[in-house]
Amino acid sequence: MTTATLEARLGTAWKKPPLITNPALRWGLFIGAAIYIVLAVASIDVNWSRVAEGLSRGWAFITSFFNPDFTSRGSDIWDGILESIIITITSTVVGILISIPIGLGAARNIAPLPVYLVCRAIVALSRALNEIIVAILLVAIFGFGPLAGFLTLSFATIGFLAKLLAEDIEEMDKVQAEAIRATGSTWMQWINYGVQPQVMPRLIGLSMYRLDINFRESAVLGLVGAGGIGATLNTAFDRYEFDTAAAILLIIIVTVMALEYLSGIIRAKVQ
Amino acid sequence: MPVSTDAQGAKIWQLRNRNQTLTRWAGYLAAVAIFMWCWQRISEATTWFFVWDAPRIAADIGGRAWPPRWSYMEKLWGPLWDTLNMATLGTLLALVMAVPVAFLAARNTTPSTMFIRPIALFIIVATRSINSLIWALLLVAVIGPGVFAGLLAIAFRSIGFCAKLLYEAIEEIDHTQVEAITATGASRWQVMAYGIVPQIMPAFTGISVFRWDINIRESTVLGLVGAGGIGLQLQSSLNTLAWPQVTLILIVILAAVVIGEWVSAKVRGAII
Repeated sequence: MTTATLEARLGTAWKKPPLITNPALRWGLFIGAAIYIVLAVASIDVNWSRVAEGLSRGWAFITSFFNPDFTSRGSDIWDGILESIIITITSTVVGILISIPIGLGAARNIAPLPVYLVCRAIVALSRALNEIIVAILLVAIFGFGPLAGFLTLSFATIGFLAKLLAEDIEEMDKVQAEAIRATGSTWMQWINYGVQPQVMPRLIGLSMYRLDINFRESAVLGLVGAGGIGATLNTAFDRYEFDTAAAILLIIIVTVMALEYLSGIIRAKVQ
Repeated sequence: MPVSTDAQGAKIWQLRNRNQTLTRWAGYLAAVAIFMWCWQRISEATTWFFVWDAPRIAADIGGRAWPPRWSYMEKLWGPLWDTLNMATLGTLLALVMAVPVAFLAARNTTPSTMFIRPIALFIIVATRSINSLIWALLLVAVIGPGVFAGLLAIAFRSIGFCAKLLYEAIEEIDHTQVEAITATGASRWQVMAYGIVPQIMPAFTGISVFRWDINIRESTVLGLVGAGGIGLQLQSSLNTLAWPQVTLILIVILAAVVIGEWVSAKVRGAII
């Protein structure tokens, strides 16, 4: 706001500057959004009588949260949770081990162009495919069971971790890496002493975060037959056993909270 | 500095002393043991014959799945529109619910740190830790199958995500601007509108577009549990083993995800 325009502005009330400055674009977006919302809402047909009928069921579900049933399907729940945890641990470990070389390859400042392109392609593929879709395909190929779930989550972990690791390596301080190189180190020593110490805290933090995500995802893989608690949960919902479903959901929520708390402590410690 | 002596009595520098090294190795040993035990459990639950057979099966499915049945596309436009609607309207609904939760959860705007903030934080954690597919499963059981259940599932799942990022943005605002507005004698709502909202608006837009992008991905599979959208078509094609249709649906989903990501990157680039 220069002094030249100040004269012209005197006497007119101040108005809040809009978020999008170009008025044509602003109004175009507004009108477009309004038309879209009208069309979209019109195309959703809601069966209100069914919804009203379901409300009592919804209420029954909410009240069952205060009275969860851990015992009547106790062994199923226990087996499912254990399998979910097993899938989470193995897939996180294997995912990290594979994503480190791919992350190194996907960092433009340390990898040659062909390697870079191949690794980036792997990362892009892994990120574009939804976990559930991968799980469906792997169940079709490898058969039902936790192996499909383990492979799915390992694959998903690669895309997540390799991408973020590569970005971290690209942002690292070059001076330290050069200093190691100047001592005549081999490539492995260079990575080990010049690069690794710089990215290690973030790698640990991301791995903990991914452990958390993998547990959440492993809870739904059972829906498509890839092992874990999801199958038990699905059965409980299908049979309207809301008290069992509530128990499972409570276990999932508590585990996720515990993992989040743990990863918070570990991340605070390494950073 | 930890030092040990070799056979000749010369001192050797070491990174860690004996106890540290032992604890470290015990930790590694435990980690490897846990991993091997887990792997054994997986191995027991696996029919290895199917796994050794997998390359043949994969080649077989691949052979059936190619080429994609392009003529099926005309039946996919409707579900695709439903999927887009679930993602977009779900995100809008989530934002409407997430904004109050975020203001109640942020330390500097909550009315009561003792009572209301923990409730808001619990809402955030609970909605975030339940996957949208589980929400869909639940809502399909409660209100019946259809797009509406999927929309609500997306909305509920997104509350926690949006509210968490938004309340962190609110906690990071510049306090002096709020003070300046307060000093003019503004009411509580005016402080909100002129002191806080302009500061979090870019973060808010970024979060909404980011979540919209994620929701496009998630809404493509909600149909698997009966919540409408293109996942429903995927499920029926899989059930009838119509692999050429499955290939086409996967291509369409991939295209939708890539376009969604491109739009979201453009919009976020324009804001920041």
